[in-house]
Amino acid sequence: MSKDIFVAIEQRAGMVQKVSIELLGEARRLAAELNEQVVAVLMGSGVAGLSDMLCHYGADKVLVVDHPVLEHYTTEPYAKAMTHVIHTYDPDIVLFGATSIGRDLAPRVAGRVHTGLTADCTSLAIEEESKLLLMTRPAFGGNIMATIVCKDYRPQMATVRPGVMPLPEKDESRTGEVELVDAGLSMSDMNVEILEINRNEKKSVDITEAKILVSGGRGVGGPEGYQPLRELADVLGGEVSASRVAVDSGWIEKDRQVGQTGKTVRPNLYIACGISGAIQHQAGMEGSEYIVAINLDEGAPMMKLADLGVVGDLSVIVPKLTEAIKAYRAKQAV
Amino acid sequence: MKIVVCIKQVPDTAEVRLDPKTNTLIRDGVPSIINHDDKTGLEAALRIREQVGGSVTVVCMGPPQADVALREALAMGCDEAVLVSGREFGGSDTYATATILGATLRKIGFDLVITGRQAIDGDTAQVGPQIAEQLGIPQVSYAEGVEVQGDSLVVKRQFEDQYHLLKVKTPCLITALSELAEPRYMSVGGIVDAYNKEVKILGFDDLKDDLNPAWIGLAGSPTNVRQSFTKQAKTSGTVLSGLSADEAVDAIMAKLIERHII
Amino acid sequence: MDFKLSKAHLLQQELYRRFAENEIRPLAREMDETEQYNMELLAKMQKYGFFGIPYSREYGGAGADYLSYALCMEEISKQDASSGITISVHTSLCCSCINDFGTEEQKRKYLTPLINGSKIGCYGLTEPNAGSDAAGQQTVAVRDGDDYIITGSKVFTTNSGFADTFVMFALTDRALGTKSMTAFIVERDMPGLTVSADIPRMGIRAASNCVVTYDHVRVPAANVLGKEGQGFKIAMKALDGGRIGIAAQSVGIAQGALNEAIKYVKERKQFGRPIAAFQNTQFKLAEMQTKIDAARLMTWRAAVAKDNHENYSVYAAMAKLTASEVANEVTRGCVQLLGGYGFTREYPVERMMRDAKITEIYEGTSEVMKIVISGSMKLK
Repeated sequence: MSKDIFVAIEQRAGMVQKVSIELLGEARRLAAELNEQVVAVLMGSGVAGLSDMLCHYGADKVLVVDHPVLEHYTTEPYAKAMTHVIHTYDPDIVLFGATSIGRDLAPRVAGRVHTGLTADCTSLAIEEESKLLLMTRPAFGGNIMATIVCKDYRPQMATVRPGVMPLPEKDESRTGEVELVDAGLSMSDMNVEILEINRNEKKSVDITEAKILVSGGRGVGGPEGYQPLRELADVLGGEVSASRVAVDSGWIEKDRQVGQTGKTVRPNLYIACGISGAIQHQAGMEGSEYIVAINLDEGAPMMKLADLGVVGDLSVIVPKLTEAIKAYRAKQAV
Repeated sequence: MKIVVCIKQVPDTAEVRLDPKTNTLIRDGVPSIINHDDKTGLEAALRIREQVGGSVTVVCMGPPQADVALREALAMGCDEAVLVSGREFGGSDTYATATILGATLRKIGFDLVITGRQAIDGDTAQVGPQIAEQLGIPQVSYAEGVEVQGDSLVVKRQFEDQYHLLKVKTPCLITALSELAEPRYMSVGGIVDAYNKEVKILGFDDLKDDLNPAWIGLAGSPTNVRQSFTKQAKTSGTVLSGLSADEAVDAIMAKLIERHII
Repeated sequence: MDFKLSKAHLLQQELYRRFAENEIRPLAREMDETEQYNMELLAKMQKYGFFGIPYSREYGGAGADYLSYALCMEEISKQDASSGITISVHTSLCCSCINDFGTEEQKRKYLTPLINGSKIGCYGLTEPNAGSDAAGQQTVAVRDGDDYIITGSKVFTTNSGFADTFVMFALTDRALGTKSMTAFIVERDMPGLTVSADIPRMGIRAASNCVVTYDHVRVPAANVLGKEGQGFKIAMKALDGGRIGIAAQSVGIAQGALNEAIKYVKERKQFGRPIAAFQNTQFKLAEMQTKIDAARLMTWRAAVAKDNHENYSVYAAMAKLTASEVANEVTRGCVQLLGGYGFTREYPVERMMRDAKITEIYEGTSEVMKIVISGSMKLK
């Protein structure tokens, strides 16, 4: 019988990606309900050393597929390795991060083992009676949520949005079993040739990591309108993010976009400046702990979502707020 | 080179609104459009044809109303159009859809298959790779650049923090990002021609010898929708209006201090 | 009788609408303020076939019809009336003369580049002293061997600032008046042809509209359109068709302004609610939409009659008379609905109101339309 929850660990150049850790935490939670184990599937070249860390974050067992053909991600060798693991160990559930790698690999594997796959999930749960995995995901640009089940095929597979599941605590006393797996790989499994690998020169900001986001939308008015937002983010120790309109208008870089087609963020504080709050945008930030909205339009949907909505002109309020914070800090320091 | 582009007709989700009373989707009057990433794929295919010759066939699985999406693709300059349509195909998830489109592609033949990365209604990004798996050909997803070199393609494959230049031999499948190519408009003459051409229709009977009927449609889909719902709006916080800028700043400051943010 | 557009027409409408919203709308205000048409935009419209809509594939046209052309004019003019007239003068005045009266050779040489998007055409009839009274023409063409020597000047020649091909009219015998009026195809670079700077105007300011002076321009007799003396008939026939274009342009200006007003009244709050919630606003909008729809149906009737080779000149005159008046009334009403903001250049309705005025004047004033219409009513 199929059992255990497998997490496909995504590593890039030996660095385990944050979403994989989030998934270990989520898998732990689900495994407790199913009384099953959490198994991390670590694929790469020379990556076995990462196993302990995966145990610290919640894996009961680590399956390591280590082969030179897995040095850089390409679809076929990884698909072959993962398929081998599934056929050999017969997991109940397999989770992938919904990254550009996970969303390339998971459908290929699901197709090969002939099972269902649910994309880009934002919440997972176990149905009490059936013990089925309930996979909930946004559709229609975030307008509706759908809960998907995979009743008749195993494993139940899902890709999960980065940034949605909380990071588990690291417990360095945790240990687990590490098993090396021979997936029968060879260099000839590569059916594409990597001509060049180019890491983006500008260090991409990761707004999903920021505790505080100052986010600007249409109301910011133009690229120069982001300067006061940046200054506010600086005094708060946060980052600047943006709505889709602002990104599409070329006011700010795409990697700062929050929302359905951008990133999901859950900072402690989200200050929405001149963002009307279309559903697509809300989908990416509604998990924020505290939301402040500054907008001229009292009727903007963001005002409803916000914990504190202020009707007013952001071009006046934002710089004044920056000054007020500086003044407050100066006073505290004395 | 025979290029086949798979497109999906989708509701323009930017136009989808929620009924404030019933909290359900208002789909009436929402226009149907060609999914944007797929249109990018069409443009990429037309450019490859302009560069190296060959033909571009557009394939759409959907109800008979998807005809207009195919006409639009023809009006952009595609050579042939195929509508894959049948009751048996309804309710297919990504696996079942890929099964049907895989059979379609085997029937019509191809050197290169292009799909969009993902559709704006489902956002799964799964059908492209699953078609490639059905066909047993290499895939390169997240393509933001493509160049033909003999019987191979050199594809710029985007990752979040890097890109790879990959060389892949045809036959293969690529999934197009919106960065791949800015789609052209239809031309007026293209529209006139589009309605003088035939859209070939493939139904279940045309494909049944090449697929397992148990693996398509609602019944053949491994995944099923258990329920769908609209998100509950969070209870409203405080909205302050009619304040001076200084009062507004004071109000925000009070909350930031209260919550120990500063 | 079926009032539905065919699928192909609907798809064309979609094309024109998307193009106008994405490509023209962002440029309209700047083009108006700088009084300069954007030549990259012009090239794009040529590329997609907007300059050869109702003309045959055989000569490089799109192979569609006049109804399609009317749909184009409406959608384009919703965003920018200057773009509308640029297409219209080229299509229904310049090209139609060559299409309807040109020889095979003239069509190959002149019509093909005009309708396949390589060249732009204009139409020179109006003179400083001959507007509605086209018979008061003074420009002459004197035969000289295998050529004609043309001398005179034409005013308000739309597109002349950048056109390559000029269809123009001149008298071969002033004593005979319009009986000797003859249509010529003149090329821009023929010696003696000069084009003035743009004439400063109230509306359609992005369009090119200049004085064209012909100073002993030597034109080969092979460039005569139709026969010598047939010019008046050619000119009038072109204007009949042109009026369908202007009617559609007027419908577009009106609908464009109304769409802006609808957007505004839903957002603008006064007395505690959106002004769209007031019945006065709703009734005003309902009246305007009804008038626009009436004008649109009249325009389509004229276009379909032309496509069916029926007599359409009275339909076209009625459509233009009605639509141009509707455009003026509606744009004025929309400025009023937007109040002080409507009067500013922040919103496009003031431009639309200025642009609307010319529709009651060019290609036959409203008064001339009434002459055409009453002339068909057997009143004498």
